[in-house]
Amino acid sequence: MAISINVIAYGAVFVAGVILFSIGTPDERAPRMALAAPAPATESRQAAPAPSVVAGGGVTLHSVSIDLPDSGRMFPGPGSDAINNNCLACHSAGMVLNQPALSKSAWQAEVTKMVQFYKAPVSEGDVPAIVDYLARMKAAD
Amino acid sequence: MQGIGRPLTRRFLLGQAGVAGLACATTPAWAQATIDLALPGGPDTRPITTAFPEKAAMILQRSRPPLLETPFEVFDKGVFTPNNEFFVRWHWAVIPTKVDVAAYKVAVRGHVNQALSLSMADLLAMPRVELAAVNQCSGNSRGLFQPRVSGGQWANGAMGNAQWTGVRLRDVLDRAGVKAGAVAVRFNGLDEPVVDGAPDFMKSLDVDHARDGEVMLAYQMNGEQLPLLNGFPLRLIVPGWYSTYWVKMLNDIEVLDAPDENYWMKTAYRIPDTPHASVKPSESGFKTVPINRMVPRSFFTNVTDETTVKSAAAVPVRGIAFGGDCGVSQVELSVDGGLSWQKTALGRDEGTYSFRQWSTQITAPGSGTLTLQVRCTNTKGEIQRAEPNWNSGGFMRNAIESVRLAVAESHG
Repeated sequence: MAISINVIAYGAVFVAGVILFSIGTPDERAPRMALAAPAPATESRQAAPAPSVVAGGGVTLHSVSIDLPDSGRMFPGPGSDAINNNCLACHSAGMVLNQPALSKSAWQAEVTKMVQFYKAPVSEGDVPAIVDYLARMKAAD
Repeated sequence: MQGIGRPLTRRFLLGQAGVAGLACATTPAWAQATIDLALPGGPDTRPITTAFPEKAAMILQRSRPPLLETPFEVFDKGVFTPNNEFFVRWHWAVIPTKVDVAAYKVAVRGHVNQALSLSMADLLAMPRVELAAVNQCSGNSRGLFQPRVSGGQWANGAMGNAQWTGVRLRDVLDRAGVKAGAVAVRFNGLDEPVVDGAPDFMKSLDVDHARDGEVMLAYQMNGEQLPLLNGFPLRLIVPGWYSTYWVKMLNDIEVLDAPDENYWMKTAYRIPDTPHASVKPSESGFKTVPINRMVPRSFFTNVTDETTVKSAAAVPVRGIAFGGDCGVSQVELSVDGGLSWQKTALGRDEGTYSFRQWSTQITAPGSGTLTLQVRCTNTKGEIQRAEPNWNSGGFMRNAIESVRLAVAESHG
C-alpha cells in the first residue's frame, strides 16, 4: 500500500515536534556556563548539580568555573636552562621575552627584585646564568 | 623556497632549526594571529588570543598570570567597553578558577565595632548604586616610554570603561561601625602568590576616601556579572583612581588604625612626588608617594597611522577622552602640529568618571600627509601636554596623542 504525501508530511511535523519538545524552550535549558569542563562521557547526567546562584533585587549571580590556558612556552636558545628551571613557576616566559632591551645592570636589578621582594626561589648559583641569558637576549648598552 | 638548489650545510640546518625553535617559543600553540603594537625599539609583535574564558579576541601580553590588552579598535564602538573585551591584569598566578556565589563571603574587620561576614545575598539586599567609571592600569602605555622601562609592555589598551553596579563601601563600613582613630582601609582578594612568603596583593585607601560615598563594591559590570578574570564576583571600584586599587575577587576589608606598610603600598606602585610624576632617567633621591588619581587623556579611535584619506575630502574624526579624577571640560584637535587648536563636539555625558566620546570633521589637504593631535582639558583645568612624562615604573603616561594619515592624491 502506498503511503500518501500527507502521511509523510504529518509524520515529519510530528517528529519535529517531538524533537523540539525534548529540547525544551530556551528558558528551560541549563544556563550556558562559560568554558565549564566538558560533561563526563559516562552515565549520570542527573548527578551534575545545578550551578548555585544568588539572587536579590532583580540581580542573579551564577557560580562560575573556568579553565585558564597555559602557554607551555619556554625560554629558547643556549644558556636557557637556569631561567627555564627557576622562573616559570611564577610567570610564563612571554612576559620576559616581551621586555625591551635593557642593560645588564638593569637585568641584574630585575632578578634581584624577583628574589628579594617576590621571594622567587632561585638558587644563588643560578643568578649569574639567568642575568647573562637576559643580558644576551635583551641587550642594551 | 630558500633551501632549494642549495647545498644543505650543517650551518644552514642549525640556522633553520633556530628560527623554527624561536617561532614556536614566541607564540603559544593556541594563539594564532598577531598584532604589531609599534612600541619604540620593540619587541612589538603580540599574539591575538581567544583562549581565555569569557573573553573575545585579546592581545596576549602574558599567559600566566594573565595580562590581556584590549585591541584599540574596540574603543571606537562606544564609550562602554564590552565585558568580554575588557583588559585583564593579575599580579599572582594563584587565581581561583571556581567561584561558588552561594558560599562567597566578604569579611569586614579590624578597627570596627562589629566584625562582619557578608554574603553576596547580603550585598544584593543593600541599597544599590550605579556609576560609570574608567578602569585604567597604572602602567597603561608603558611600552611607549622612552627610554623604555621594565614591566608589562602595554600599548594604550590597558583601560576600559563600564557601568558598575553594587553597593557603597561607606554603607558596608557603616554597618560594621568604623571606630574613632581609623586611618586606612585595606582590601584583599582571593588571588595568592605562588611562593610562600611573597607579599599577598593588597591595597589601601585613606579612611576618608574609603567613606566618600563614591568608592563601591561592584557585583555587576555593564549590567552583567563580572567575568572571572575581571574580579568576579566582587570588585572594588575607586572612581578616578588607577586600577591597582580596584581589588578583584574582593573578600577582605580591614580597617586599620595605622598607615598601611604592606609591600604594595610602601614599595610597589610608587610615583615620584613631582609634577606629572616625571623625573629625568638619571635622577635619583626624589620623594615618592603611592600612585593615586588619574590624569586626563584623549585618543583617536577611527583613524590610525594606517589610515589613508582622499585628497581634499571631508574626514570625520572621533575618539574618546576622560578627565582622570574629574570630568571632561573640552577636547581639542590640532592639524598644525599644536600651533592652534579647534574644539570638538562632545558626546553624551555618562558621568564624571566615564569615557566621553568626541567628534569633529576636517578637510584633508591636496596631497602629502595629515598629522592630527588631540588633547583633553578636564573640569579642573588640567590639560594634556605634548611632552611625555617619564618615571622608572612607566606610570601615568598622558602625553598628547597624534596620528599621521596618508593622503591619496586624486588622479582625475
